[in-house]
Amino acid sequence: MRAVNSKDEIKVSNAILHGDVLTKLSMLFMGLGNLARKQIIKGLMFLVIEAAFIFYMVTRGAGFIKDFITLGTSTGEEVFNEAKQIYEYTQGDNSMLCLLYGVITFFVIAAFVVAWAASLKSAYKAQMLAKKQQHLPTFIEDVKSLFDGNIHKLLLALPIVCVILFTVMPLVFMSCMAFTNYDRNHQPPGQLFDWVGFANFKELFDANSGLGTAFWHVLGWTLVWAVFATFLNYILGIILAMVINRKKTRAKGFWRFIFILSIAIPQFVSLLVMRTMLQPEGAVNVLLKQLGLIEKSLPFWTNTTWARITIIIVNLWIGVPYTMIQTTGILQNIPGELYEAAKIDGANKVVIFFKITLPYMLFITTPYLITQFIGNINNFNVIYLLTKGAPAAMSYHNGTAGKTDLLVTWLYKLTIDMKDYNYGAVIGIMVFVLSAVFSLAAYRKTGAYKNEEEFQ
Amino acid sequence: MKNEITGIKKNKEKTSKVIGNILVHIGLGILAFIWVLPILWVIMTSFRAGKGSYSTTFIPQSWTLSNYTTLLTDTDIFNFPRWFGNTLFVAIISCILATFYLVSIAFVMSRLRFKARKPMLNVALILGMFPGFMSMIAVYYILKGIGLTQGNLKLVALILLYSGGASILQFYVAKGFFDTIPKTIDEAAYIDGATKWDVFTKITIPLAKPIIVYTVLTSFMAPWIDFIMAKVIIGTDAQYYTVAIGLWNMLEKENIYQWYTRFAAGAVLVSIPIAILFVIMQRYYTDGMSGAVKG
Repeated sequence: MRAVNSKDEIKVSNAILHGDVLTKLSMLFMGLGNLARKQIIKGLMFLVIEAAFIFYMVTRGAGFIKDFITLGTSTGEEVFNEAKQIYEYTQGDNSMLCLLYGVITFFVIAAFVVAWAASLKSAYKAQMLAKKQQHLPTFIEDVKSLFDGNIHKLLLALPIVCVILFTVMPLVFMSCMAFTNYDRNHQPPGQLFDWVGFANFKELFDANSGLGTAFWHVLGWTLVWAVFATFLNYILGIILAMVINRKKTRAKGFWRFIFILSIAIPQFVSLLVMRTMLQPEGAVNVLLKQLGLIEKSLPFWTNTTWARITIIIVNLWIGVPYTMIQTTGILQNIPGELYEAAKIDGANKVVIFFKITLPYMLFITTPYLITQFIGNINNFNVIYLLTKGAPAAMSYHNGTAGKTDLLVTWLYKLTIDMKDYNYGAVIGIMVFVLSAVFSLAAYRKTGAYKNEEEFQ
Repeated sequence: MKNEITGIKKNKEKTSKVIGNILVHIGLGILAFIWVLPILWVIMTSFRAGKGSYSTTFIPQSWTLSNYTTLLTDTDIFNFPRWFGNTLFVAIISCILATFYLVSIAFVMSRLRFKARKPMLNVALILGMFPGFMSMIAVYYILKGIGLTQGNLKLVALILLYSGGASILQFYVAKGFFDTIPKTIDEAAYIDGATKWDVFTKITIPLAKPIIVYTVLTSFMAPWIDFIMAKVIIGTDAQYYTVAIGLWNMLEKENIYQWYTRFAAGAVLVSIPIAILFVIMQRYYTDGMSGAVKG
């Protein structure tokens, strides 16, 4: 690479320190540097952005920021209208909208800062090019560069807008709610909610509060579930793959097809079907009664322990074929000498599995396992479609959570059914922390992340 | 004498091996039966004449086609054909958009080097760790703010979410595939005077066919399978249901008796195309994983 004179580098700090009058004035009047150097369209675009931003901030933005800090001050009330001689209902402040518009305004400000930096860099670049008496790109050339040197800006523009609009902004908005008292007793419009600092987090960690009891129990079951769901699926999936791949197994394709079939059915269909099949009068109980194996229906969903075990088993039905597909290829790559050596030493099949196959597989598939584990912590579908968290538990925060609820299904119920948005947001943040801890462990181990350049 | 003994031993070993082999096949057969049972049961239920989710016998006593015909023609309460149309519409448009987004991101992140690249990859990783529906309510209010929660626009909102929502952060699979295309191919093209746009459209996209097909199919299937997002956005407006919420509603307490067998019929009708697409996708997925240019 050509050594760059640090002063020549196009950076905001350089523009401020080493820019000429025009460049420095561009800090106040965006686009001035470009306009003066005959990049008219580019300069005008920057100027328009600045004008629009100032107009927005003066007319609306400043008010939104003020509302964001107070979250509204007046509740709606009835006021006597002298002229009409009737009571009229005044529109109070809507705290939720105050919060939302406040967050949006912060994003507008951030976007403006980016545009401001871009204009400054552009002015400085024009200055440098003029000084060296080089050709300044025209607007058409700039547009053309979007298809070549700057193609990443063109291709990423829309996706980035989408990510900001549908992922980042909502996350910031929801995270803000964790620090308010936006619960079922503070529902806008009509009622106001306010900032409460870390009060919700304190309540959550306090094992004596109703919320705290529920949280620690639900967290416990979430982890137990994630461990069982992940490792049982993993081990049984590997065994199934090995059994099908045995030399002597006939009709391998047929067996594989049968198991893949269950993945191909949309999950919500198979889960809803399982739910009805395992009801007290459902197909499974009917079948078992007809065969004379049981007299009373088995309490698949009504007894806590039964429900938890049933969920894990139903999840096996869904998950084992996945593992089978994923691991078939890897299993075939295990060096044959390892097995030969073990056989000569007189190891039986069980020993070979635990001493050779499993360690080898674990070595290769740890990242896969950890993603599965995080996926199971967040496994909304299986729990919600099978039990909706039932059987109910009144001690869990007034029954908002059930005995089989995971953190994520509880979060869903809290926000959608109960409208306790603040608690929902706090739990969302906790789930994020959990996932982040396990993900970090995973990604630090994968070679694909560390040395991605290596195999190109 | 010695030979005879070893012979008997060998025979014994052989028979025990044969028995073991038979046992394995019986075991597989039982497992396969368990795995197919729920599927078999939906199909049988969809042809069952009696109503209700409960039946006293496992195999229906009388068979009928009317579940299918009423599902498709009796559209007063639950308009299945319309839901099917809604879902198809959303699926087609969102899969075009999603594929465009994902291929663009994967190309940029894999083939180009620019300053913000590494930070962007890290941000994408972190964002992916938040539970998706933590932000769903917020997404709903933002869409409401833009005015996309009224009437037909609900479907537009769904399209935007399926193509530009959390799925956009799942570009790592496609990026991994693009990483396997040798850089020398690009470099040769640049020497011949190609622009980056040329390389993207004329070299990378044609080489990336397996992963593009895979992306198209996964994003096409998403609207048929998802029901959480759709439920929040569409709410109770039965006109704009996708099949997933519609079928789910049929199993609500007040509907389950009347609609259970028709639910089964609907489930079969949705599952068949999805299952076929899935099997096709599986092939492209394996192709995609084995790299772009084979030696």
